[in-house]
Amino acid sequence: MAEKTSETPLLDELEKGPWPSFVKEIKMAAETNPMGSDLLNLLERSYREKICHWKHGGIVGVLGYGGGVIGRYNDLPEEYPHIAHFHTMRINQPAGWYYSTKALRTVCDIWERHGSGITNMHGSTGDIILLGCHTDALEPTFQELAKNGFDIGGSGSDVRTPSCCLGQSRCEWSCYDTMAACYDFTMTYQDEIHRPAFPYKWKFKFSGCPNDCVAAIARADISFIGTWRDDIRMDKDAVLEYADRGLDIQKDVVELCPAKCIAWDGKELCIDNRACVHCMHCINVMPKALRPGTDTGACILIGSKAPIIEGAFLSSVIIPFFKMEPPYQELKDLVEEMWDLWCEEGKNRERIGEFIQRVGMGNFLEAVGVEPVAEMVAHPRENPYIFYEEYFEEEDEEEEEADE
Amino acid sequence: MAMPIEEIAESMYKLVAEAQGKKKLKAMDLTKSMIELYGDEVDKKACKQAVRMLIDSERCVYTYFGGSYVELPHKEGAAPPTD
Ligand code: SF4
Ligand code: SF4
Repeated sequence: MAEKTSETPLLDELEKGPWPSFVKEIKMAAETNPMGSDLLNLLERSYREKICHWKHGGIVGVLGYGGGVIGRYNDLPEEYPHIAHFHTMRINQPAGWYYSTKALRTVCDIWERHGSGITNMHGSTGDIILLGCHTDALEPTFQELAKNGFDIGGSGSDVRTPSCCLGQSRCEWSCYDTMAACYDFTMTYQDEIHRPAFPYKWKFKFSGCPNDCVAAIARADISFIGTWRDDIRMDKDAVLEYADRGLDIQKDVVELCPAKCIAWDGKELCIDNRACVHCMHCINVMPKALRPGTDTGACILIGSKAPIIEGAFLSSVIIPFFKMEPPYQELKDLVEEMWDLWCEEGKNRERIGEFIQRVGMGNFLEAVGVEPVAEMVAHPRENPYIFYEEYFEEEDEEEEEADE
Repeated sequence: MAMPIEEIAESMYKLVAEAQGKKKLKAMDLTKSMIELYGDEVDKKACKQAVRMLIDSERCVYTYFGGSYVELPHKEGAAPPTD
């Protein structure tokens, strides 16, 4: 008997190798749901033809919300009827991505009842991604998820689902309670998550220390990155233990310190804490000997984004140090001030980082009432956005008076 | 004197209806227009509530085409015809 040939030879290639394969997973889903087989066949066709068969956007959502559902239709509905509608639902993940097995089963059961059963844990913003929902199934899925304590996340021109590292729940380096802050901001800005009213997206990300495990500095419109303002804590005996066990402290720690503020004489490690830029390198290499200080908080940065419309941006410091204590009112006031300005003056699809680049950081700071400080300057004498006009004026006036 | 939310919503609805098929309006475009039209009688908070009223009553819907807009409900162009 002739061996049955695969209908998806190109996709089958992606099952090879030791790593997880989305093709394997979709094939498993296809055993119980015809959406899975239509999806595989359409994808195989796209790979063969090198043509995308998905149409994007439009009006799909749940009642009252403008975000959290991303419309997808295929352009060959007669041939792939089970995935004629294949919308994505973004579900707000719990802070730190903690689930009980019961909660995970609940989400999966709901999704198998109403959708394709295919998930993506998690999307790049952090949400639980449920892939493949018919328009008619959106509202029942949402209602059932809501009954079980889950809500839809953000999409479009709104506050995207805030995300955070697991912070103090498991990480000794966390300089503030990231999960508490993330939850607080999520609840405060429910309206802004569900009802898009901005020029474009806005992302909040909370990292407990400068290791920045949620990549806030590169992805968030506003980043809250944990830091400290006293000295790095040091256990001198533990430093010697590292040396005894063969760590080359000179080569692997001292010479790699970006601020060149560590000295090691073979017996004692000295850190000039005033020059330290809090990069975490030395702490990462000697975690038993070094720890962040105890006067902790967060550095607030603004304006990063991945390269979609303009190129990629990294964040700029806007508040060098803030004690992260609830209810974070000063920060919320600042955020709302920035939103007002951006909504007023921002162009359609302009992220706040691009807006700042267009109007100039100096003008932006002035408009939102933040004083420029030295910590905002990445490279002394290279930064064009700080002007000291008032000092020039005073000096000029003094000179003029002297001349008279 | 502050304008009632219902009246702001009605005025916004007219703008959305007039623009339908010609120009897509964002929630903030509606807010800016209201402030232009009614000055001190409206504020951003009241405008936000008015948009909410239009959406919750299903007289308007949010749409997404690269950005998020407020429009009248209509048949989704990308949806397959045999719905
Ligand atoms: S960002 Fe820092 S505090 Fe958060 S998990 Fe990573 S190392 Fe720990
Ligand atoms: S944290 Fe970074 S900058 Fe500070 S002392 Fe350690 S290696 Fe140097």
